[in-house]
Amino acid sequence: MTETQQSGKLNSVLRSMANHTATGLAVASTILVVAPLLAIFGYLLYKGASSLNFDFFTKLPVPIGETGGGMANAIVGSAIVLGLGSMLGIPVGIASGVYLAEFGRGKLLANMVRFTADVLNGVPSIVMGISIYALIVLREKHFSAFAGGAVLGIMMIPTITRTTEEMLLTVPNVVREAALGLGVPNWRAVTSVMLRTASPGIITGCMLAFARVAGETAPLLFTAFGNEFWPKSLNQPIAALPLQIYTYAISPYDDQHRLAWAGALVLIILIMVSVTLVRYVTSHGVMKGAR
Amino acid sequence: MGVGIEVKNLNAWYGQTHSLVDINLNMPANHATALIGPSGCGKSTFVRCLNRMHETNPIARATGSVRMGDIDVYKDASPVEIRRRIGMVFQRPNPFPTMSIYDNVASGLKLNGFRNRRIMDEVVERSLRGSALWDEVKDDLRKKSGASLSGGQQQRLCIARALAVEPEVLLMDEPASALDPVSTSKIEDLIFNLKSQYTIVIVTHNMQQAARVAENTGFFLNGRMVEFDSTHKIFTNPSDKRTEDYITGRFG
Ligand SMILES: Nc1ncnc2c1ncn2[C@@H]1O[C@H](COP(=O)(O)OP(=O)(O)OP(=O)(O)O)[C@@H](O)[C@H]1O
Ligand SMILES: [Mg+2]
Repeated sequence: MTETQQSGKLNSVLRSMANHTATGLAVASTILVVAPLLAIFGYLLYKGASSLNFDFFTKLPVPIGETGGGMANAIVGSAIVLGLGSMLGIPVGIASGVYLAEFGRGKLLANMVRFTADVLNGVPSIVMGISIYALIVLREKHFSAFAGGAVLGIMMIPTITRTTEEMLLTVPNVVREAALGLGVPNWRAVTSVMLRTASPGIITGCMLAFARVAGETAPLLFTAFGNEFWPKSLNQPIAALPLQIYTYAISPYDDQHRLAWAGALVLIILIMVSVTLVRYVTSHGVMKGAR
Repeated sequence: MGVGIEVKNLNAWYGQTHSLVDINLNMPANHATALIGPSGCGKSTFVRCLNRMHETNPIARATGSVRMGDIDVYKDASPVEIRRRIGMVFQRPNPFPTMSIYDNVASGLKLNGFRNRRIMDEVVERSLRGSALWDEVKDDLRKKSGASLSGGQQQRLCIARALAVEPEVLLMDEPASALDPVSTSKIEDLIFNLKSQYTIVIVTHNMQQAARVAENTGFFLNGRMVEFDSTHKIFTNPSDKRTEDYITGRFG
């Protein structure tokens, strides 16, 4: 064997080692990411699944000391508060993201909006809760579903704003030119072409924001407050799954601990189901483009 | 029917770069005009000035006058209206990546609020046939996205999209540079047929192509138009030495 042949062989051995190492590292990190999720989900199943029954989804909580009862009102309450939050957070978030990416390039106001969004993203949720408490609850003199929706909605805005902006900026300029070249007004090109092209990423951003606030407890303590009964009005205190889980988890009774585990399991499943559902419905009509 | 385009003292800049200098040119109605010249000489900039796409670039600026028939493109109408009447096929294929083939072709109509399904179906088929793409895509019109086509197919899709809005003038910036000889000759046939309805301005690096489709040819060099004449004259007996050097391949 000549020297170059030898070094060629050595090189290819080294290369395949590097290859295997890289693959190994990738697999290991995947496991590291997935493992905690599986562990949490498995543990919740183990602790909570046995307490799940029909009553859990249909009955109100029972007074302390009695067994049985469910969290039906909290499930409905969570859906209402999250619905209100999304109605505020998604449109405002997307609109300001569109402003940042399409109309505010280089403008002072845009830089301020972007900065505010980033700061808002870092504000602890409990501080958000107290602010809305001071701004809405104290003024109205009662807790309410509206106040809960407001705090969750505001918490959704920064994530949605920034993902919308970034996703719009990844749409190649030639796509915008194609629309303008057809004699489409700029606003129409933005809403029907740019947003649509960026929509898979924007939807991911919305879902991330949604999933993040769906489990928030602290800000709801100051706003939605919780309720033992069915929601009757959006202007009254309302139950929510995280609140109910929190109340039960710190109570001294084993029965309530078990319900808290079941509640946590249901919360996770509901988040997964709604995210999947939204993804499925909204992906309809938007084709995946090979980039 | 197409309308003629008359350009007077057109100058264009990108920031400080003076990319077009005092262009004067008449492109008669229902004729094809070819623009040739070495890379970077300003051909794309020129056609983009005709339908006011140039001004969509924030650093770009243009002065001078462009008339289409009896309207002043820069004074009498909005850019949106101008672009609807002067269609454009861009140098790089740019289909809408998240839209189906059908929606890509129908996009000009749909985005301007047109809703009649039956007419839209007809327009889509006619436009795709016109751009010689129909046979290849007719079975996946709604199943495949615009971005899933090959580069040459994408360009023909973009041609169909431009045809679908039935402009009066069609600007084509190297429409065949990504196409194989068969689709190229289909596009050339198409251009030939389109002349009865449209005025066509075509940028090309391929001189045989210019000779085949265009009555008149303009030669650009360094942002100036060196010579404009009948295609036959330009290719057989140019009056400017630089044109002759270029077409005989001595530089460029
Ligand atoms: N977006 C832009 N920003 C800055 N300068 C530009 C831009 N587009 C073009 N230019 C400049 O304007 C000049 C003309 O460019 P243009 O694209 O019109 O050339 P072209 O003749 O179409 O070339 P090609 O045959 O390579 O397409 C070039 O010098 C180029 O550097
Ligand atoms: Mg060009």
